[in-house]
Amino acid sequence: MSAVLTKDIVKTFADVNAVDGISLAVPDGEFMVLLGPSGCGKTTFLRIICGLERQTTGDILIGGTVVNDIPPRARGVAMMFQSYGLYPHYKIRDNIAFPLRTQRVARAEIENKVEWASNLLGIGHLLDRRPRQLSGGERQRVALARALVREPTVLLLDEPLSNLDAKLRASARNEIKQFQQRVGTTTIYVTHDQVEAMGMGDRIAVIDHGRVRQVGTPTAIYDDPADRFVATFVGTPPMNLVAWNGGHLGFRPENFLPRELIDDSAVTEFSFRVDRSEYLGSERIVYGVLEGLESVQEITAKLPPAHVDQESIRPGEWHAFAVRNSALCYFDKDGKRAIRH
Amino acid sequence: MVAIADKAAKPGSRLQFILDSPAVLGTIFVSPAVLYVLVLVGAPFLLAMYYSVSAYTIYSQSYRFVGLRNFIDVVQDPVFRQTLLNTFIFTFGSQIVGLILGKFGALLLLRPFPGRKVVRALIMLPWAVPVALATVAWEWMFDSLYSVINWTLIALGIITRSDAPNWLGNPHLAMLCVIMVNAWRFFPFAIVIFLAGITSVPQDVIDAATVDGAGFWRRNYQIIVPMIAPIVVVGLIFGIVFTFTDLSIVYLLTNGGPVGATSVLGFEGFQVGIVSGDVAHGAAISLFMLPVLFVLVLVMLRSIRRQEI
Repeated sequence: MSAVLTKDIVKTFADVNAVDGISLAVPDGEFMVLLGPSGCGKTTFLRIICGLERQTTGDILIGGTVVNDIPPRARGVAMMFQSYGLYPHYKIRDNIAFPLRTQRVARAEIENKVEWASNLLGIGHLLDRRPRQLSGGERQRVALARALVREPTVLLLDEPLSNLDAKLRASARNEIKQFQQRVGTTTIYVTHDQVEAMGMGDRIAVIDHGRVRQVGTPTAIYDDPADRFVATFVGTPPMNLVAWNGGHLGFRPENFLPRELIDDSAVTEFSFRVDRSEYLGSERIVYGVLEGLESVQEITAKLPPAHVDQESIRPGEWHAFAVRNSALCYFDKDGKRAIRH
Repeated sequence: MVAIADKAAKPGSRLQFILDSPAVLGTIFVSPAVLYVLVLVGAPFLLAMYYSVSAYTIYSQSYRFVGLRNFIDVVQDPVFRQTLLNTFIFTFGSQIVGLILGKFGALLLLRPFPGRKVVRALIMLPWAVPVALATVAWEWMFDSLYSVINWTLIALGIITRSDAPNWLGNPHLAMLCVIMVNAWRFFPFAIVIFLAGITSVPQDVIDAATVDGAGFWRRNYQIIVPMIAPIVVVGLIFGIVFTFTDLSIVYLLTNGGPVGATSVLGFEGFQVGIVSGDVAHGAAISLFMLPVLFVLVLVMLRSIRRQEI
């Protein structure tokens, strides 16, 4: 049974469909990431699931029950907000206890649960402080503890890491993921950061203009993008696209290699003129153009420095590059993925 | 090469450099305000302190020092004690009513509805209308013969003509009237304060409370009100200070009556000191506001600091 099931959710704000028919099934215990550019409707969709917004049409089922007309507090969901939404006038202890107090849980039980949640997240020593006395990372943990303390059916996270600095973000990412695996709570996580999505999600739903473009495991999303949007939104640098038989042919920069490096005969060869290159330590990004082919943007190749001699790829020169046929993706004129190329 | 330093080295513009000094320029800028307070508040205040320990009346202008005689006279006077009590009832009654009206008004005005901007502007009117005009209008509404309130109540069949209340003639109703009129004047200000406060609460915090299971009342009284308390307390201090020292509504509506039932400190001080000419006792009465207000403001500022978030 799905913990969360949405059927054709539409949300209209002043004639604009912020959410334009999203149907999504999130199985029990799954870590589902909603990935999309800002303004794509993913946060609105999350707010509809938890009941802060009412969908214009469509049904939401949580744990098999239709919750369209059930207020947020009765849906059994917990949500963690982008800026955490901690209560500044309460101590951390009371912040975490708040969702239990609203449910009139007994005092002793509240104490136990607050202790359990704060120990789980390693914030037991902060209980008597106030939110403003905490660092960004600590606040994030408090917000998570507050979301988890009443053991929700579904945990909704709205860009929880965007207020942290880059270094902290990496460790917090890891922590949330491990934590979710340990607790096993069904989680829906909204982000615009593909690294977070790829690293954390059991599955990813890529959303654009209020529609789901593709739902799949990180591998499927990356290797088998369903359309041009997914192909170019996920991956840094994005997938190369060249005009091909009225549609587009796509290949990932790391699959676009000098011919001699590919030990295979089922390849498609290109003549590649290098314009410039960037050395990034673990990889070398080479920018250029393909002979006789029109491309959507600058063609990039991601080369392993260990295997490609720096001197062999010189700007201004034409080189023989190739892509394994198995790594090619063909998109038809509507941008949809097609089998044949 | 052009020497850029040429201009700066020009002699004879000492004044320019004197004005460059923050100490000098700052003093010049702040002096009108200081002067204003010293001349129009400080001097009369010191004069009042002096009058209160003298035997000065407009009939016998004697500056003879009498110690605390005037204060003792005042405290022993039952009229004064009634006045002091009235002042507290008047001040806190109207603040409480004003705050409640302000809170609900603000909540209503936060919701989007057609014509909200017009309503927001109109609701400021009680605050903007001159107090004399507004009070005269209220006086007619409370009039013993022509009261539109009574007329409405009779028309609705709630009361009969024979038992129509004499709003300004009954001591308790008269106090209720001055409180209601003052609250009516104060509540637009309270609305502004609450609107400013509520809109400053981050939407994320309110949403979090909603998802955490807080309903309307809990969201309001456990999250929003404590968060905006510092702003509201500042507004309340202003309200209390202005109401505690105010005499205009009482003067215009009831003239302190009936039989002193609505007399407040400011009004009593004015009656004794100016109308009756007993300046010394009038000054003593007025000075009773000082310790009360001082303590009130101190308590409130302290409570803000403790709650500071």
